[in-house]
Amino acid sequence: MSRIALTVRDLRIELDPSGIEIDSEVSFELHEGEVLGLVGESASGKTTAATALLNFQRRGARIAGGSVNVAGREVFALGKSQLRHLRGGEISYVPQDPGSALNPALRIGTQLREVLEEHGFGSSDAERRDRVDEMMAEVLLPSDKEFLRRYPHQLSGGQQQRVVLGMAFACRPKVIVLDEPTTGLDVTTQAHVLSTLRDLARAHGVAAVYVTHDLAVVAELADRIAVMYAGRIVELGPSHELFRGASHPYTRGLLAAIPVIEGRRALKGIPGYAPRPGRRPVGCAFQPRCSYAVERCETEMPPETTVSQSHLVRCWRAAEVSAVVSVASDANESALVGGDQEALLQVKNLTAWYGSREILHDVDITLRAHECLAVVGESGSGKTTLSRCIAGLHAFKMTGDIEFQGAPLARHARSRPVPIRRSIQYVFQNPYSSLHPRKTIAQILKQPLDIFFDLDRDQREERLAELLELVSLEGSLLRRYPDQLSGGERQRVAIARALAADPTVLVCDEVTSWLDVSVQASIVELLVRLQREIGLCMLFVTHNLALIRSIAFEAAVMSEGRVVEYGPTDDVLANPRAQYTRSLLADTPTIKGALSEG
Amino acid sequence: MSPERKKGPQALHGPGLELSEEVIGPGFENVSAPRAQGDKRRSEWVQLAHDALGYRRTKIGLVLVLFVAVLAILGPLLAPYTPYEFTGLPYAQPGSDAVLGTDHLGRDVLSRVLYGGRSVLLLAFAATAIGSFLGVTFGLVAGYTRDAVDDTVMRLLDVVLAFPQIVLVLLFVSILGPKVWLIVLIVGLTHSPRIARVTRGATLEVRERDFIKAAEALGVSRIRIAIGEILPTITSPLLVEFGLRLTYSIGLIAALSFLGFGLQPPAADWGLMINENRIGLIVQPYAVFVPVALIAVLTIGTNLVTDGMARAMIGIERDTGAA
Repeated sequence: MSRIALTVRDLRIELDPSGIEIDSEVSFELHEGEVLGLVGESASGKTTAATALLNFQRRGARIAGGSVNVAGREVFALGKSQLRHLRGGEISYVPQDPGSALNPALRIGTQLREVLEEHGFGSSDAERRDRVDEMMAEVLLPSDKEFLRRYPHQLSGGQQQRVVLGMAFACRPKVIVLDEPTTGLDVTTQAHVLSTLRDLARAHGVAAVYVTHDLAVVAELADRIAVMYAGRIVELGPSHELFRGASHPYTRGLLAAIPVIEGRRALKGIPGYAPRPGRRPVGCAFQPRCSYAVERCETEMPPETTVSQSHLVRCWRAAEVSAVVSVASDANESALVGGDQEALLQVKNLTAWYGSREILHDVDITLRAHECLAVVGESGSGKTTLSRCIAGLHAFKMTGDIEFQGAPLARHARSRPVPIRRSIQYVFQNPYSSLHPRKTIAQILKQPLDIFFDLDRDQREERLAELLELVSLEGSLLRRYPDQLSGGERQRVAIARALAADPTVLVCDEVTSWLDVSVQASIVELLVRLQREIGLCMLFVTHNLALIRSIAFEAAVMSEGRVVEYGPTDDVLANPRAQYTRSLLADTPTIKGALSEG
Repeated sequence: MSPERKKGPQALHGPGLELSEEVIGPGFENVSAPRAQGDKRRSEWVQLAHDALGYRRTKIGLVLVLFVAVLAILGPLLAPYTPYEFTGLPYAQPGSDAVLGTDHLGRDVLSRVLYGGRSVLLLAFAATAIGSFLGVTFGLVAGYTRDAVDDTVMRLLDVVLAFPQIVLVLLFVSILGPKVWLIVLIVGLTHSPRIARVTRGATLEVRERDFIKAAEALGVSRIRIAIGEILPTITSPLLVEFGLRLTYSIGLIAALSFLGFGLQPPAADWGLMINENRIGLIVQPYAVFVPVALIAVLTIGTNLVTDGMARAMIGIERDTGAA
């Protein structure tokens, strides 16, 4: 067995000054070359715990207890200058957004050398230059002078993240902490970054802590996985054991929420959302969302118990939970509407510009009544532009036709006749910016009602209640403001706003990309239900190929402004004809392997 | 500067709340905004005032402003004489019947000081209100419509901006005569380009947000989007701008009075008093010194309060709470 690189004991982090607990009793150790996936929903305290490994806390939080030992040094006992030396030297950090981690005013070569100089790596400039070359080779980037003279903005997101990764590995650290480093990246780029990381960690014996909300991302990467909920590790075990024999209901919930490319199954979200610090219930924090909960869970916090030698879980009923057959069969096959419905909305030869750049080239797609069409593509593929053109929100030049019920659509939403405007509704990607921050949910939902319908007070109240029910929200939310809601709740409100207009076509632009995987699953569940119950025609735009089987009957794959593959979802996924679809399929992270392994 | 920790959710009334009828909808700027424990919500302005009061500078500023404001508003009730009465010899030293002595015509300085504050406060406030109204209108129109309208409006405002404020005011006043309404209007007008710039900047940022797009997709009219959707989200920077312009207005209007373009004798006015009595500065300094000090205190006070609000809004030393 290799040596231990990182030991964390009873880490406790509190809000400052209120003393409300963020993280508590976080303990684990990590061997050299081992990758630990730290998984949890937003507000689970995973990032807070991860930055504590570097003895760093954002303003308003405080490390209140416990110990972190990196390569034999007690991190919390170090002075300021020792700590500065430790960070980037013995333990390094890769943040979520590479764009903000690199100094926009310095060339990347300068920044890379800076790391080495700061930590006294190498004895001469020549030696350091060699190390820079080596680093660049390790992260699969060119190391020629010309490339090193570039500024961060001249690099793509994936290249930026690899530069940051290179910087993190620069001084041959013992431990590296990665905070959702691939969240902003396309699947192809993500796959490259993940494999680079895995190879580097193995080759140099670096222990890595990989923070993410998506189990699928770490399925193939991590040796062990720690699932965090409400500031505690609720399950910790070797990857393969955790995937096949998940013993905590929460872990099972997360697994059931992951879309699987290979088999069609209905996604199952976890109801509710992770409680924020200060709002966590006594007893087991997961109990309000748990279908296994018994009386005991409400009063007593379950202790850590062992499932097997290296597999810990925090649940009173772990034995019963793990006795249930495997996760994959927990979910049922889903039935999607589809077939020979009439064409409702047709996009013909659509070419669109953004400023002077042509974004869409000759796109043809057809939306059929009561059916869902998925549009899949990476960033820059033009999928959002396409959906905005349909919604009448594209502000720049476009040519070609969009026909709705046989009649051409006006370009701008404002110039469309009221019934048409009402019929086509749009749900935005980011629920954190699509709801007016100064309006209550009731005010937000009333807006479309007042514009499109002539309702009296009672009718309006009735309709509001009906809408909330439709998206599974409580009526008491009406008086709240968006920032009092979780991301998933906000997105439900946004969907309710679109439904308020009683549309026939619903355009959903990446509606799950800002949400946790568990929440994504429940939003998809909702959309599938709406499709079935009110016969909505839907355009579902996404970058996640794994999702489309759960929701769409037909799929169009887009790349660089063109539709490269178009057909029934099953065919597209089973027999992809375009090379692009195939590589996208190969790069999409999946838990299939992890589930069936062994 | 160490901000005091905020405790319970008690609603504190603070600076700038005189505008509270303009509050259209309460709410926070974003998720990371400071948040009180529990579900009780406060109007964003109350929250801003509460945060601002965490700074010592805001408290000092508020005390200063309140002191001058109370003096100016309640002063006439306390004054021993009317401001026009001759109570003694010119430039009489402070004594039992005139606490601060008399001015160049033998009127009681204390009474004139107590009467003379209202005009400064009122005119400054009116000028700032006019400037804010115009500036916000220009800024919203320019920022939301963009393109040609934006360019035209902003370039025209740049022309106004090119003249020093006092020069512009003096120009109009010397043409049309020293009328109080004219001073208020012109001072307000000269404030508007700066306020318009701030409004436009904030508007440009907000108009790209999705909730504006959502309203556009629903077909909400442009005017309603500007007033109902954009304006409520940019109130915080505007409030700070209001405070800043108020400070400048006080100084500017006092200066105009001093130059003889403001209120005309025999009216009691701090700026005018300084001008009238400066010849006797050596003999009877109180007639000049007291109005000068009060104007200074008022200006410093509003400045400190504004600065505190600006800091609270940017979030310097902000307690992020649960995020």
